[in-house]
Amino acid sequence: MSNAQAGGDNTIKLVLAWGLVGIPLAWGVVETVINALKLFQ
Amino acid sequence: MSLFSFLDKKHTIARPGYSRWLVPPAALCIHLCIGQAYAFSVFNIPLSKLIGITHPAANGAPWDPGKLMAITAAPDDWKLTELGWIFTIGIFILGTSAAVLGRWVEEGGPRRAMFTAALCFGGGFLISAIGVSLHQLWIIYLGYGFIGGIGLGLGYISPVSTLIKWFPDRPGMATGMAIMGFGGAAFIASPLSVWLMARFSTPTHVGVAETFVAMGLIYMVFMLIGSIIVRIPAEGWKPAGYVPPAQPKKLVTDKHVYVYQALKTPQFWLIWWVLCLNVTAGIGVLGQASAMSQEMFPGRVTAAAAAGFVGLISLFNMLGRFFWASMSDLIGRKNTYYCFFALGTILYALVPTAGNIGNLTLFVLCFLITFSMYGGGFATVPAYLKDMFGTRYVGAIHGWLITAWSAAGVFGPVLVNYIRQYQIDSGVPKAQAYNVTMYIMAGLLVIGFLCNAAIRAVHERHHMKHDHAVAAAE
Repeated sequence: MSNAQAGGDNTIKLVLAWGLVGIPLAWGVVETVINALKLFQ
Repeated sequence: MSLFSFLDKKHTIARPGYSRWLVPPAALCIHLCIGQAYAFSVFNIPLSKLIGITHPAANGAPWDPGKLMAITAAPDDWKLTELGWIFTIGIFILGTSAAVLGRWVEEGGPRRAMFTAALCFGGGFLISAIGVSLHQLWIIYLGYGFIGGIGLGLGYISPVSTLIKWFPDRPGMATGMAIMGFGGAAFIASPLSVWLMARFSTPTHVGVAETFVAMGLIYMVFMLIGSIIVRIPAEGWKPAGYVPPAQPKKLVTDKHVYVYQALKTPQFWLIWWVLCLNVTAGIGVLGQASAMSQEMFPGRVTAAAAAGFVGLISLFNMLGRFFWASMSDLIGRKNTYYCFFALGTILYALVPTAGNIGNLTLFVLCFLITFSMYGGGFATVPAYLKDMFGTRYVGAIHGWLITAWSAAGVFGPVLVNYIRQYQIDSGVPKAQAYNVTMYIMAGLLVIGFLCNAAIRAVHERHHMKHDHAVAAAE
């Protein structure tokens, strides 16, 4: 496998892996911030 | 390749071209699941209404053979005090299993440990679902508390040394990312649990058992993905362009200390107290944060706003794990803990003043910074251990250190709750009942500061000379 191919594979894997953990976490954080805003209303 | 060989440490070694940035998401797959423990309380009220549905049923005592009603009456719903033990057992087993199984994790590699953690944590939920269906609380203690607790302990320590080996240039940031996941897991688990229970509930059924099955399967799959992604670096691997410092820093060793030898050093026990005191100061207040904000600012902080305040605290607890652990790579671990203790002392001492002058913004700010450092304490400690004892057994040593968390989990809430009650019983108004607690917490942080100041480099007599040292120690 060429270096370019290996680099491309890694990019796809990295996007998938970080998306897998990042998307649910971001969703949870947004939900929390929306609830927290009630403190200052 | 058989399953056992797939889990083997030597089949986990990364091939050339593997990106080390795949390891943090693998670790996060584990920590984002096991951190669900922080959100277990969302099940407490539904679990206390499994029979009564709309309210806890109290019909009789079916296990008491002395009463006739025992034969005829329907069983009682579980009390919140009984349900509280599920979380307590889980956290106790987390500390115990991390300590006892640390060496097994270190020597067998991260994949075997993560795989086992997935089976235990997911399986714990599935067993608990049976307990809910049969209305047998002891099965939930066994499932989520004991078996799930082993999953918690194994999962918590499994990626630590792997991350440190992949990121020798930024060990604090790497472990901070994983441990940030543990702090952030409740953000996912809490709304997910509520949503699942709403989906599975009917007018005659609470839906907890089905929720446990769904969550057990989701978490098991998620954690197994982490165990598949994870790799360990090949012997002698270094990041491109990384040159280890020619002149090692005074408090950063390039030697290794065997796990049981580390327990004989004063450094281990000083770091144990550093962690314990930092956590004690935070964990007690964490449990009372909602009530405290409402009692110190009566009429200004509603129950909904207080819930938002707790959410904000959890957010800073999570972000602090990444921020402070990354910062420790720049300023050093000892200086980072100096910041925690010095700044924490000032902030705790400021809380009563914020209450007295009615400054809600100052009150919130004090707690947010304090809780960023509470999380930071957890996330920075693996790198502190690595600096003092080397990388070889850092996961196992970290496992033993987790007992400081268990101890703090007992000290902190007891201290805060009893002092508050004593103050109220002595006639102190509720709004001021936390003042003494805050000063005591500040005092604990001063002691932590002194423990941190006493930490010196580990004496070379503790360093591993060769593999025979391990055999002899065994």
